[in-house]
Amino acid sequence: MNRVKRQLAPYLLILPGSLWLLLFFVVPMFTMLSLSLQEGDVVNGYRFTFHWQTYVDAMEDYRTQLIRSLIYGLIATVVLIVLAFPAAYWIAFYGGRRKSTYLFLLLLPFFVSFVLRTISWKQILADQGPVLSPLRDAGLVPDAFHLLGSPAAVIGGLVYNFLPFMVLPIYVALERIDPRVVEAARDLYANPALAFRKVVFPLALPGVFAGVLMTFVPTTADYVNSEVLGGPETTMIGQVIQKQYLVNSDYPTASALSFVLIAVLLIGVFAYARALGTEDVMKVAAR
Amino acid sequence: MSASHLPDPSVIRGLTQRRLGRRDALRMSGLSALGMALAACGVQGQGAKPAASAAPDAVAKFWTGKTKNGHVDFANWPLYMDPKKPELKKFTAETGITVNYQEVIQEMGPWFAKVQPQLAAGQPIGYDLMVITNGIQFSQFRDSGFLAPMDHAKLPNFTKNAAEAYKKTAYDPDNQFSIPWASGITGIAYNPDKIKRPITKLADLWDEAFKGKIGMLSDTQELANFGLLANGVKPADSTADDWEKAAEKLKEQKTKKIVRNYYDQSYIDALGRGEVWIAQAWSGDIFQKNVSEGSNLKFVIPEEGATMWTDNMCIPITAKNPLDAIMLMDFLYQVPISASLAEYINYVCPVPAAQEQIRKDAAAASGEDKDYLESLADSPLLFPTETDYAKLHYYVTFATPSEQQEFQKTFEPIVLG
Repeated sequence: MNRVKRQLAPYLLILPGSLWLLLFFVVPMFTMLSLSLQEGDVVNGYRFTFHWQTYVDAMEDYRTQLIRSLIYGLIATVVLIVLAFPAAYWIAFYGGRRKSTYLFLLLLPFFVSFVLRTISWKQILADQGPVLSPLRDAGLVPDAFHLLGSPAAVIGGLVYNFLPFMVLPIYVALERIDPRVVEAARDLYANPALAFRKVVFPLALPGVFAGVLMTFVPTTADYVNSEVLGGPETTMIGQVIQKQYLVNSDYPTASALSFVLIAVLLIGVFAYARALGTEDVMKVAAR
Repeated sequence: MSASHLPDPSVIRGLTQRRLGRRDALRMSGLSALGMALAACGVQGQGAKPAASAAPDAVAKFWTGKTKNGHVDFANWPLYMDPKKPELKKFTAETGITVNYQEVIQEMGPWFAKVQPQLAAGQPIGYDLMVITNGIQFSQFRDSGFLAPMDHAKLPNFTKNAAEAYKKTAYDPDNQFSIPWASGITGIAYNPDKIKRPITKLADLWDEAFKGKIGMLSDTQELANFGLLANGVKPADSTADDWEKAAEKLKEQKTKKIVRNYYDQSYIDALGRGEVWIAQAWSGDIFQKNVSEGSNLKFVIPEEGATMWTDNMCIPITAKNPLDAIMLMDFLYQVPISASLAEYINYVCPVPAAQEQIRKDAAAASGEDKDYLESLADSPLLFPTETDYAKLHYYVTFATPSEQQEFQKTFEPIVLG
């Protein structure tokens, strides 16, 4: 009896998680796939007809927004690495006893809702706001210059909103580096730059990888930043999808666009994982 | 109507945020999109044939055997009634019917998407009365057979007091499925401090002198209406050809960078901040902004015409307490009640006699309250004149859902650039 129990235990343990995934991931995904191939309208109902044309039409109408989202996501991710690495590095190696305080300070703004934070950026970047007013008064920018509604504002918002998701994984990777490894490099006549390049940076890469996963996917799919900070020519694919779902009740187009986005992101992430080496991915996963 | 019942300035300030709250809240809840897909899946449509008018025996069929249950669940938009709900308290005192008033409707598209599955399955949605804007979703509700037919024998106050204009609308002729809650005008608002000449016509929105200082609405219907009217086409009579031309016109406005952005209700803040100088605007918002913040924005009904929208009270076909609901609807059409509502919400009042009532209330009030009420009674934004009405047009009405999809496809690329 006990042996049976022991054999069953692993399955019982994964049961809740599997059920959860089945119910809230597999079923909706399947439903969405089915929806994306249906035809009709909300009054007369949608019928499943293998209507692949929806994909063709959706890509024709919203290709620009999809490509734009990928570009914004990519730029935001690169900027995030550039900003987050030094911050994480400093906290990990020079933070001393205050490490957790610094991390907490970094996270503090994120106790405020995502949407509220984005709206506050709207005030900061406003034409008469604290950034542009002094610049304009000093004659540094022309009168008609504005930030709100520009791609820079949208990407800026994305970078700001996802910063901790890049800092934390890099910090974790850096924090685990044994200082003696760096000392050893120095003992073997590596100057600080070389020690960083040959020892610290490669050891931090799994953190960067995790950070990229945690930021590139949500920034590309984000719609709050472009909705709040964007203008007539910064629409991202997330905005299109939410509008098709929640305003137009055009479920097939919304589902088709969602699937295209998922496919593109998966391909991108897998290509990236291959390029960076699967071993690192496994290491990250194992942590 | 006592003066004590007037909103204090902070409440009025809150009012200007009304539409901002409505739409943004749902727009931001991105995750619900996923849930929506599941909910929508496998749900059958209802309207094999669009039921633009009810079958002759529909009224009798629906209302026979309906009894007063002593309770109404009422779904409305936020800030569409004094938070103390004096009108509902009076209703309860007079009829003994309790009202559960919920401000759950934020935006039409999402509201339709939310209740459609239950209605299609013939289940109650938890509300006996809901306020639906005439527009795409009104047709969707109606054509799906989701609205209970109105029994006009139960609506004597409406028959007696409602303005004639509201009895022959294109979206619901003869009020077969709805009666109005309040209306608003979509016109042009501008800041006279920034613009030295008076703005009088839609063509001003295409004037390159205001490059980058013009705000348009992101709602495709609102946007399309101005494109159509600028081309001299009445939205209600427009054809697919007219839509193409209007879209061209609107694209021109965008590619020349005359439009700063396409806004939801945040246009009012953009106007206040000076981000834009001229904007497509809703009448009540401008009136409230001026009253509450002392701003000096001007609202005009352009020469070429403007549009008018109406939020309508409807009974869902699966309502549990329809008789109580229709009693409440009619109760709200008593002149003093209607005036009391108009004094709070500041939108166009469907009861002309309420104007006289507000004047009486003003005469009885004193000081600031008196000024406030007098400005309300004389405001063309609450009580448009016949000349104003002649310039106001209703939205495009769609014969079929595919026509509506075509319309969306024509105008959406402009907003989702």
